[in-house]
Amino acid sequence: MNTLTKAAIVDKLYKTLDITHSDAQDLVEAVLETIKGTLESGEVVKLPGFGNFDVRKKRARRGRNPKTGEEVEISARNVMTFHPSNILRERVNVGAEKTGQKSSRNAT
Amino acid sequence: MTKSALINALARQKGLSRKDAETVVNTVFEEISLSLENGNRVELRGFGSFGLKERRSRDGRNPKTGDKVFVDSKRVLFFKAGKELRERVDQ
Repeated sequence: MNTLTKAAIVDKLYKTLDITHSDAQDLVEAVLETIKGTLESGEVVKLPGFGNFDVRKKRARRGRNPKTGEEVEISARNVMTFHPSNILRERVNVGAEKTGQKSSRNAT
Repeated sequence: MTKSALINALARQKGLSRKDAETVVNTVFEEISLSLENGNRVELRGFGSFGLKERRSRDGRNPKTGDKVFVDSKRVLFFKAGKELRERVDQ
């Protein structure tokens, strides 16, 4: 399985916009940084056709160290979650059918 | 924050036209989407990674009527926040 990295996005961008490689790099970083800063302030980011990045507050709770069985207090914290849009969810599955990678549909 | 607010913020920050800023934002998320569509994962340092999990087909039940229904195999998408993002959100 291949992995898409920032470098590949930068590559695509500098060809699309006809800018320098380092400007493209700077812009991709700026997009991600703006999203991070927004989530940091507790605000959600909604990208239609892609998905939503949400921030959720978790209350403190008692957990257990799975190794030792010891009870530990897990402090209250903020976590972020991503909810893909229906469009993206469908694209991912259509892609699977096209490339024949969909797992066990015709398997016996 | 909406997509258009993100585009405006980027345009202001970087002195871009709104149109160019829109191209930047669209390209970033379209590239991520395309990669996932092709079954590849996406790893963005400092931000997080997007990946796919295969779910096998199964016999499910309609929770309302109790009828048996066939649920086809499918891919589900997940996002795991990177260390930096996780820490910044939780402060």
